[in-house]
Amino acid sequence: MTMAAEANFVADPFTPEGDTVIDCKVDKIFYGDFLAVRDSVVPIEKNKITAFIGPSGCGKSTVLRSLNRMNDLINVFRFEGSVMYHGQDIYAKKVDPVVVRRYIGMVFQQPNPFSMSIFDNVAFGLRLNKYKGDLEEKVQKALERAALWNEVKDKLKNSGLSLSGGQQQRLCIARAIATEPDVLLMDEPCSALDPIATRQVEELMLDLRSRFSVALVTHNMQQATRVGDTTAFFSVDISKGGRTGYLVEMGPTAQVFDDPQQQLTKDYVAGEFS
Amino acid sequence: MSNIDLVASSDMEFTRPNLERQLLEGRAIKNNVLTILTWGTAILASVPLLSVMYMLLVRGGTRLFGADFAEVLTALPPAGFEMGGGIGPAIVGTLLMVAIASAISVPFGILAAIYLAMLEPKGKLATTARFLAKVLTGFPSILAGVFVYAVLVISFGYSALAGGVALAVLMLPTVVLAAEEAIKQVPQRMKDAAYGIGCTRTQVIWKVVLPTGLPGILTGVMLAIAGAAGESAPLLFTALFSNYFISELMEPTASLSILIYNFSGMPFENQIELAWTASLVLVLIVLVFNILARLFGQPKV
Amino acid sequence: MAINPFANSGNSGSITRPPSSAERATDSIFRAVAYVCALLIIVLVAFILWEIGKKAVPAMADHGLGFWVGTTWDTNNGVFGVLPEIWGTLYSSLLALLVGGVFGIAIAIFLTQDFIHDRVASTFRTIVELLAAIPSVVYGLWGIYVLIPMIRPGAEWLHAHFSWFPLFGSDLSGPGMAPAALVLAIMILPTVAAISVDAFRRIPYKVKEAAYGMGTTKWEAILKVMLPTASSGILAALVLGFGRALGETMALAMLIGNSNQISLSLFAPANTLASLLASNFPEAGPIEVQALMYAALVLLLITFAVNIIGLGIQQYTMRKFEGKA
Repeated sequence: MTMAAEANFVADPFTPEGDTVIDCKVDKIFYGDFLAVRDSVVPIEKNKITAFIGPSGCGKSTVLRSLNRMNDLINVFRFEGSVMYHGQDIYAKKVDPVVVRRYIGMVFQQPNPFSMSIFDNVAFGLRLNKYKGDLEEKVQKALERAALWNEVKDKLKNSGLSLSGGQQQRLCIARAIATEPDVLLMDEPCSALDPIATRQVEELMLDLRSRFSVALVTHNMQQATRVGDTTAFFSVDISKGGRTGYLVEMGPTAQVFDDPQQQLTKDYVAGEFS
Repeated sequence: MSNIDLVASSDMEFTRPNLERQLLEGRAIKNNVLTILTWGTAILASVPLLSVMYMLLVRGGTRLFGADFAEVLTALPPAGFEMGGGIGPAIVGTLLMVAIASAISVPFGILAAIYLAMLEPKGKLATTARFLAKVLTGFPSILAGVFVYAVLVISFGYSALAGGVALAVLMLPTVVLAAEEAIKQVPQRMKDAAYGIGCTRTQVIWKVVLPTGLPGILTGVMLAIAGAAGESAPLLFTALFSNYFISELMEPTASLSILIYNFSGMPFENQIELAWTASLVLVLIVLVFNILARLFGQPKV
Repeated sequence: MAINPFANSGNSGSITRPPSSAERATDSIFRAVAYVCALLIIVLVAFILWEIGKKAVPAMADHGLGFWVGTTWDTNNGVFGVLPEIWGTLYSSLLALLVGGVFGIAIAIFLTQDFIHDRVASTFRTIVELLAAIPSVVYGLWGIYVLIPMIRPGAEWLHAHFSWFPLFGSDLSGPGMAPAALVLAIMILPTVAAISVDAFRRIPYKVKEAAYGMGTTKWEAILKVMLPTASSGILAALVLGFGRALGETMALAMLIGNSNQISLSLFAPANTLASLLASNFPEAGPIEVQALMYAALVLLLITFAVNIIGLGIQQYTMRKFEGKA
């Protein structure tokens, strides 16, 4: 593809077979004057794992963080487009981003437990939502789902920071799913983990799929093939002097990797696997 | 609806959640009230500074920016019912004692900082000295006066030198800690480069570390001087006070801060006005050193 | 003469040479001087303790521990006790900590938790730093001519209507506990604010992200996550601010009224150890000087203890974050 073609390229819209939970239509995302992402339609399917892949700087994390308005923490961030969630645009004026984040939870690149006990970490969201039921039962259930219960059941009062990196990340997952959010956004959740911990978190993701809809950013394409039901491939366009990310191709994972429709995708997938 | 439905059925259908901003909801109200309170405290906290500045300019400024400003800055302080007069000896005394204090504390402080930061930073001596320097930053300034009274004044009497030594005790920890920090900021790669071409440690320090760390060290020195210039408690019974210009180091000496203290309680309008004028001059001196500290601290582009 | 092991090796045209013996000597001398200077800090602290302790010995022998609980300071009869001064020191410092602490922490939150643009925040930080730059004696002057007249009507009203309440048990006739504690609060505010700002800044950004990611409002994130995470640093700020308040002298000597009494009333005059020293030392005779040296030792021990505790907490905090971040 020539540079000029790249500058105007817009991916064919992908229509998933099943239900979608979030319909994300990015026109433009700015940081100040900097155009970070353009023209990307990314539906997140219900009870599936949608993987975002692409070279660094392609805007995949930016798009993910737009799905629960985490980018609002950055002052100069500006979103043009719509993110429809249960028929409401989460970027509508009257929507409270705080509420959005309670329904659409997030797991981050670096494990980031709070400096409080393991129990309090998991119970944090429950208490925040003034949950009146049995806290202990909920905490146990979340830790079990996060495949961490057996390792920590005897030391729930220890600090969350005393765990190993992989355990911390699973603790953060437990914290995120304890309140039973609708959607889980995972931003390179394994990038700080060793291969064994990565394996555990990947298995966990596959289990979580039955209950949550997951959107996953990963820099590791093998991971996308292992856990992704659907894959969205982003690229970065430097033709206008900037670094603007855009969606190149989106479809069922098998199709994106084995039979990509775009030359760019072909090159990227081939380069990564050869 | 603020609570998420936490029914734990795995195939529960998610009902359409209400994402709208609820301004009257408890959490939102609490959030806004606290934000308003924080703004209020921040604004309230700047009131004293503004008030002090206003008073200094209005009450101290009348004399300092008036027609007889030269007299105010150079004349001797007035006696009881006398009109006019000035704060000349106090200005000279303050500057002189600060100079004595700097001459003592700055070289000692920088050399100690070099030891703490470069020569043996993790050793027992350095750890202890660093900790005690930090303890000394919280050392009540009046006790510096008591200490110097016990060591010098009892034997040699009240003097500018005693006042300067008392101020030096207070300046020392600030100089040491700031200089240590500045030296530590010098990138290791620069030191490595100097060692790499065969410099001795002393050469590395003199030719690379001190020139590079100089702005940071000067910032610390300026802040220490600003603090010392404003001190009064340590001078009360070391330098005492004098109505005349100083003629030798070993006699009682006036200072701006003690003049303010003495005149503030007097029943004469003239003296009270001079106390405000002296305050303005003192604050200006302190500000000049603060501004110098900031200028030195600015990273070179 | 130092022997150069490489003298006969390699390039004879090289201008490289080993350091001269003069350079070596300079190096050792310089390092020795630096060593002595570092040692001097320790010697200085020991010397301070020794000198004040030694001069206090006669008074310690005369008055013993009764000095700590005696309530009179009578130069003519040689009866000395500092309980009112200890009370005044602790009471004024605690009141100051209450006000200055709340304001200091609130300002630290204001400056670090995205309430204002970074550039505005740095301007505001300068204002707080200037608050610390104003000399104590200027605050004293300001207290006498601005603060006392300003709070007097309120104090009179409170005393008139609530005199049964111990805090308002007396009239504000001029100098007193309330203006002294308020000025003290202003003076420790920058200390508390600066150390608390540092504590908040040490919290990694990912912790804040985690809190917002859980769907907290700004204040839920601050109160439930940021404050607990910064708590040990804030505690250090409060303890060090308290230590500052204990030793503060001039403003108190000018505003507290220097009256030897123990009262809960905010409007009654009182005295502190530091202002006792400031107001009595210049005119004291030999016997009183001994008693004042004892009082100075009491102040020294109290402030050193408080400062060491505060520094201990601060170092614990730093290690905690450096270890885990």
